[in-house]
Amino acid sequence: MANTNTAHGESHVQHHFVDSEQQFDSSKLGMWIFLVTEVLFFGGLFVAYIVYRAWNPELFYMSAKELSTMMGAINTIVLIGSSLTIALAVRAAQLNQQANISKYLLVTIFLACVFLVIKYFEYTSKFAVGILPGELYTYEGIDHPGAAIFFSIYYMMTGLHGIHVIIGIGIMVWLLVKTRQGAYNSSYFTPIEITALYWHLVDLIWIFLFPLLYLIE
Amino acid sequence: MLETINRLILPQVSSTFAADVDGLFTFINVASAIILLGITVAIIYFSIKYRRKSEDDVTPVIRYNTTLELTWTIVPFILILIVFGWGFRGYIDMRTPPSNAYEIYVTANSFFWQFTYPNGVQTTDELYVPAGRPVKLIMQSRDVIHSFFVPDFRVKQDVLPGRYTMAWFQTLGTGEHIIFCTEYCGTGHSQMDAMVYAIEPEEFDAWLREQRELSEQELPLAVLGRNLYQQQGCAGCHSLDGSPGIGPTFQGLYMNERQFTNGTTRIADAEYLRESIVNPAALINVGYNNIMPSYAHLSDDQVAALIEFIKEIE
Amino acid sequence: MAATAKDLNIREFPVEENPKHHYLNAETGLKSWLFTVDHKRIGLMYLASIILFFFVGGVLALALRLELWEPARTFMDADTYNRVFTLHGAVMVFLFIIPSIPAALGNFFLPMMLGAKDVAFPKLNLLSFWIYSFGALFTLYSIAHGGVDTGWTFYTPYSTSTGTAVISMTLGVFIMGFSSILTGINFIVTVHKMRAPGQTWGKLPLFIWSLYATAIIQVLATPVLAITLLLLIMERTLGVGIFDPALGGDPVLYQHFFWFYSHPAVYIMIVPAFGIISEVISTFSKKTIFGYWLIALSSLAIAFIGFLVWGHHMFVSGQSELATVIFSFLTFFVGIPTGIKILNWVATMYKGSIDMKTPMIYALMFLFLFSIGGFTGIMLGALSVNVHLHDTYYVVAHFHYVMMGGTVFAFLAGIHYWWPKMTGKMYNEFWAKVASVVLFIGFNVTFLPQFIMGSQGMPRRYYSYIEQFQTLHQTSTVGSWVLGVGFIIVGIYLTISLFSKANKASSNPWGARALEWMSSSPPAHHNFNYTPVVLHNPYDFHKPISEFRLGIDGSGHGEETESKVELSSDKA
Repeated sequence: MANTNTAHGESHVQHHFVDSEQQFDSSKLGMWIFLVTEVLFFGGLFVAYIVYRAWNPELFYMSAKELSTMMGAINTIVLIGSSLTIALAVRAAQLNQQANISKYLLVTIFLACVFLVIKYFEYTSKFAVGILPGELYTYEGIDHPGAAIFFSIYYMMTGLHGIHVIIGIGIMVWLLVKTRQGAYNSSYFTPIEITALYWHLVDLIWIFLFPLLYLIE
Repeated sequence: MLETINRLILPQVSSTFAADVDGLFTFINVASAIILLGITVAIIYFSIKYRRKSEDDVTPVIRYNTTLELTWTIVPFILILIVFGWGFRGYIDMRTPPSNAYEIYVTANSFFWQFTYPNGVQTTDELYVPAGRPVKLIMQSRDVIHSFFVPDFRVKQDVLPGRYTMAWFQTLGTGEHIIFCTEYCGTGHSQMDAMVYAIEPEEFDAWLREQRELSEQELPLAVLGRNLYQQQGCAGCHSLDGSPGIGPTFQGLYMNERQFTNGTTRIADAEYLRESIVNPAALINVGYNNIMPSYAHLSDDQVAALIEFIKEIE
Repeated sequence: MAATAKDLNIREFPVEENPKHHYLNAETGLKSWLFTVDHKRIGLMYLASIILFFFVGGVLALALRLELWEPARTFMDADTYNRVFTLHGAVMVFLFIIPSIPAALGNFFLPMMLGAKDVAFPKLNLLSFWIYSFGALFTLYSIAHGGVDTGWTFYTPYSTSTGTAVISMTLGVFIMGFSSILTGINFIVTVHKMRAPGQTWGKLPLFIWSLYATAIIQVLATPVLAITLLLLIMERTLGVGIFDPALGGDPVLYQHFFWFYSHPAVYIMIVPAFGIISEVISTFSKKTIFGYWLIALSSLAIAFIGFLVWGHHMFVSGQSELATVIFSFLTFFVGIPTGIKILNWVATMYKGSIDMKTPMIYALMFLFLFSIGGFTGIMLGALSVNVHLHDTYYVVAHFHYVMMGGTVFAFLAGIHYWWPKMTGKMYNEFWAKVASVVLFIGFNVTFLPQFIMGSQGMPRRYYSYIEQFQTLHQTSTVGSWVLGVGFIIVGIYLTISLFSKANKASSNPWGARALEWMSSSPPAHHNFNYTPVVLHNPYDFHKPISEFRLGIDGSGHGEETESKVELSSDKA
């Protein structure tokens, strides 16, 4: 999918594709299938979540109260906002507005970083009281023998999601560099389009994680 | 002839299930052999009859034949329905022990089997059962997953840590039969065998009494359970005479249908009692609060003892 | 049709015999291999890797069989034996059989059969290979650090408590999973987007259909394995407790997760084999394949049902009786599409012009061995019988008949079928036939006794056994030596064929019709120097071969051409 050709016109088409459209369609289909695998990847954790919640409903209720709903909510808004800005970046590419591509990519990267910073504060405040995954768990505020399991699932789900955010930031920084070099225009913006697809999925997974982990009534 | 072949490739028939399992085994083998023979003969016949005579051979264009395709879809479909139904019936038998089955607790360890009888007698790697009587095994592992397998009985069941599983059988007569562990469990997996001795019921009773006397210091399970009932403080909340307490009474609890705060119901069988001891918060009886602490620190024998004790409070 | 063809400048492109320039000498040097994006070279690198690992797994298997010569110790202790059978399973499953047909033969031939110059994402393809190699390194690391003794299934809680190198092994498998996912994505996109003009879904070679079905399974199932292994690693390192009953977890949940991947993975291993068999039987019968759509769609049906039957590995695991009954019922439905395939292949031979060359011999052996694998699968699906046979040698024999008698024999058919295309050389037909017979005999002598042992109750994964089984074990061991000899013969004559000069293969030695045979042997760097155009089903042997070599000048074919060709082929 990577393309290092900076010239305009059809020269970005790789040798084995017939035309630009075939290349674009292929990349997009490839990304969609990749997203399916991502959903299944997280799906395993969601199944584990469902099973343990079914077995220990009151534990999930007690543990969720330990999490800061406020921080989670802010992060949700931040990520939804970043989904919007990356969509605007794609729009800017379609309209051939190179300056706007850069601008919206920058905002998206900024929002992603905000998300990570908030997550960092959340994690450290938990670490401080001894809420750590698995055997390292020492917190005594929750009166339940399985409390460590909830937080293990919490750390694995949010941690895996966090890794996806970091990878997303890496890709967007790279896109930003290429955009500044003038690699993308209205006839070729496949990498931006498929990165946006990826980013929407990262956002979507968080939209599931937030109520499942923070808003248990 | 089929019987002769079966005797060569199957273990002896020593439980009430075995004949039915062997019947299905034979049915599938015969049906498969007929179809396989047909396929093989067709392949060989076609290979000879239609071998290439010249490089310019012209072959007919046959793309499809609905009748043929339907035939070899429907015939196998009927066959597998028969196989499924037959296997299903046999399996249901294996999973439904008669209510009068004689119960023995089985504990699997790496790499030996322990058997605990209702009167507290414990044996290791030797399982004595009354011949011709249904025997129910209530099994649990102390470490990793094991599996209890008696080829002569056609009985197999995985044995899990932290949970009871069940198997039962009824022998056709007296005899000795080997037990294998069939779930890989480490270094000694292949040495984790034991023996079943099916002996005449009178002989069995005598054996049990004899063992009991041999180890007078060892208490019957139910007695051990009564001691635990006092020692562990169960008596503080659970009465034995039906009088209301902080928790439900033990009187008539065993096999009683319980109603829970989450709206479900369940029969208070051994597995329910075990769960309620080690993880009392899982299911809360209607009319009571979630305050009982977990007794997961009790050994499996102690839990079994408590359950045997509860069973006796009628 | 002729008029339309003229308008579009569709003409026949003759094939260059014994080309001077081809993909093997287009570039030279080690770098030109290690960093190639050419799907053919990547395919060959996979082929070399999997042959290496097949050798490793095979030697381990011979060691296991030798150890079982005596009821007690023959030459290794129990811990070593446990490590060896675990490695044999893990190497054969994850390093050999899963990548075997799709990654090696599939990579080489999928784009060629579609008339494409490469897969959709060539760089990703190279990345898959490197991820696979990287994962393999982890596996080797774990072998060097004492190995793993859990069995290839890594069942908890044993795998979380044993002292062996489980983490590096599972990490290796985890990493190789990504290779499998990326290959799957690549194939799906290639099949959807890169087909030659005129090549509708109904004109796809059946090997493509089977790879397509396989790719779908790879993409849907492998992520679940990845997350399962990740959970297992967390369990070992952090004591997360999800599979640990002591912490409120459930070991049976691990089995559900594991088999949710690993049962579909069985179809990742066998479905590509179906594709090879379709190609070979049709070509060597010189006859239109019987029931094209049934064979094509039954692959997809098997892929779909394969996701619903994982619980049949767990009939006695302590899962609920209801689940067991449902899984048993669904399991039988895999048998129907599989049976349909076998009978369609046999029907294809009817009134054919059968040329008993080596690939055909292997394909027919496949039909016999795989049928036995299928029937014994029905046996194991039957609930009450399964209780008796579960985790005995019967199961071992069953999956070897499917995986080895099925996939490996089909793989051998494929190797012999495409060898002249891949290398431009022809092997010695006489020795190839001798080897096929030796392998067939060796295979049956090895594994038929295991059905009997299993029926009698011999459990699997046993280091020592009771004396009653000794004769059968020794027969099986002797069979494994015959198998070993057979593979040595194959290795020798194939190697000789590579280096001798006199045996140049023609571009289409078998008179096949699919697109890969319309390129030179070995193929050109970019497969075709024109854009191939497809008018006929690849099994239309009644059409003149010249109509399978049609194409348009130039490398591009564009949307416009595409639609016109579809029109013209409709008229034809």
